[in-house]
Amino acid sequence: MNKLSRRKLITTGLTVTAGASGLLAAAKLARHYGLVPPDSGGIYGPGETLTYAAQRLLTRHSLAREFSRDQMSKEPFANEVDPLGAEFQLSHQAGFADWRLAVDGLVARPASFSLADLKSYPRRSHITMIQCEEGWSYIAEWIGAPLSHVLGLAGALPQARYVVYRSIQKDWWESIDMADALHPQTLLAYGMNGGELPVGFGGPLRMRVARQLGYKNIKYLTRLTVTDNLKQFGKGLGSAAPEGGYAWFAGM
Amino acid sequence: MASTIAPNPQDSGLTPLLQVRHSFLVRFTHWVMTLSFLALLVSGLEIVMSHPRFYWGETGNIHTTPLFQIPVPSSRDTVPTGYGYVLPDQNGWSRYLHFQSAWVLVLTGLLYFGAGLFSGHFRRNLLPSSADLSAKRLTSSVVEHLRFARPSKEEAWTYNVLQRLAYLLVIFVLFPMIIWTGLAMSPSFVSAVPAAVNLLGGQQSARTLHFFLTWALVLFLLVHLLMVIVAGFRHRVRAMITGRMAQ
Repeated sequence: MNKLSRRKLITTGLTVTAGASGLLAAAKLARHYGLVPPDSGGIYGPGETLTYAAQRLLTRHSLAREFSRDQMSKEPFANEVDPLGAEFQLSHQAGFADWRLAVDGLVARPASFSLADLKSYPRRSHITMIQCEEGWSYIAEWIGAPLSHVLGLAGALPQARYVVYRSIQKDWWESIDMADALHPQTLLAYGMNGGELPVGFGGPLRMRVARQLGYKNIKYLTRLTVTDNLKQFGKGLGSAAPEGGYAWFAGM
Repeated sequence: MASTIAPNPQDSGLTPLLQVRHSFLVRFTHWVMTLSFLALLVSGLEIVMSHPRFYWGETGNIHTTPLFQIPVPSSRDTVPTGYGYVLPDQNGWSRYLHFQSAWVLVLTGLLYFGAGLFSGHFRRNLLPSSADLSAKRLTSSVVEHLRFARPSKEEAWTYNVLQRLAYLLVIFVLFPMIIWTGLAMSPSFVSAVPAAVNLLGGQQSARTLHFFLTWALVLFLLVHLLMVIVAGFRHRVRAMITGRMAQ
């Protein structure tokens, strides 16, 4: 072995060791600061972790772009949903007077809110874009109560890390981290474009997460569960999306 | 070990002398980026199939008049394509693979970019000389290419002017642009950097540009492959794998 190749071997060895320990340290730090998404296992885990960590370092407090009234889409589009059932139709006929949003989990005061309750809280609205992962989009005005306000009323505990939310559609459940849950543009939306939220767009109540794709904006919202651990929900991947092969973090 | 390139004395005269043509860094980044580009291309086309319509401006959906629609079937029944069938949904893994490959491409690209600046690779090997940029030299290079003339032995040790310009275009324009237009489609990224999408004229404009840039890169890939074949496929590919080429 000549001099040059020995030097090369030592340099390569040191680089590999430094790289490996750097990665381990980075993984530990990322876990400590909550930068690892619940679907970080599997072959696409490294990419998802890099995306989520980078987005959280860059965008924890940033606001989604807002648009002017004349930029609102004339004809917004919503994907068809499966039949919502007789119970939903009855509730619809009664003006959703019996609709309830339950809040449980890591909260001091588990509670249940009617639409009238939600409408009595500070009313917020924003004109933002909703993008589907398929590639299409529209701009609409969303009206509702800030999720942070309702979490405050229920008394979310300091160890809360995620909010899991569910719909009357059993296959559609999602979760967001506290950065999105407490974000000022995250709304429990009951109105759209100046009026009630149409059923096709998720009425009477929809989660509106302004900085993530459409599929995080669950329609027909019925229950919020505050938690510090997503492992206990479903298959432990954070939401229904990764169980169906889609990323949990949909801010891209 | 590998640091010397002297041939085995017993073989001299029989085996040609092998000389280093491409550095390890260039070869490593070349193949990693090739793989990630192909993964991005396949997954990107799968994602497009779920909505093969393109728009200009901020928004677009099936109620909006498209700028154009590519004549392929779709993986969603909501898109009017004229085909009587719907393809299976491949978006989940396609999106996971697309973003993971994008990370590989961007990180490898940054390594190549940094090393290229630091080592003088861009200045020495890619920047054309002012003499090469004269109209006469450019024209003769174009003519040589159109004749598909196999380059001389000496020429194989350097890049010709058209090659240099094509590589510079890919490295400094097309790849940065396709990364930019990709980021401009991310609702979370543009919440932090709104100019990334505003400068392009909107989120759907970014998507349309991303699509065109893909085809520009595919065109480069095809011409690049054709030129490698013209120049001698086996020798050139071996040089990009082992780094060595017969003198």
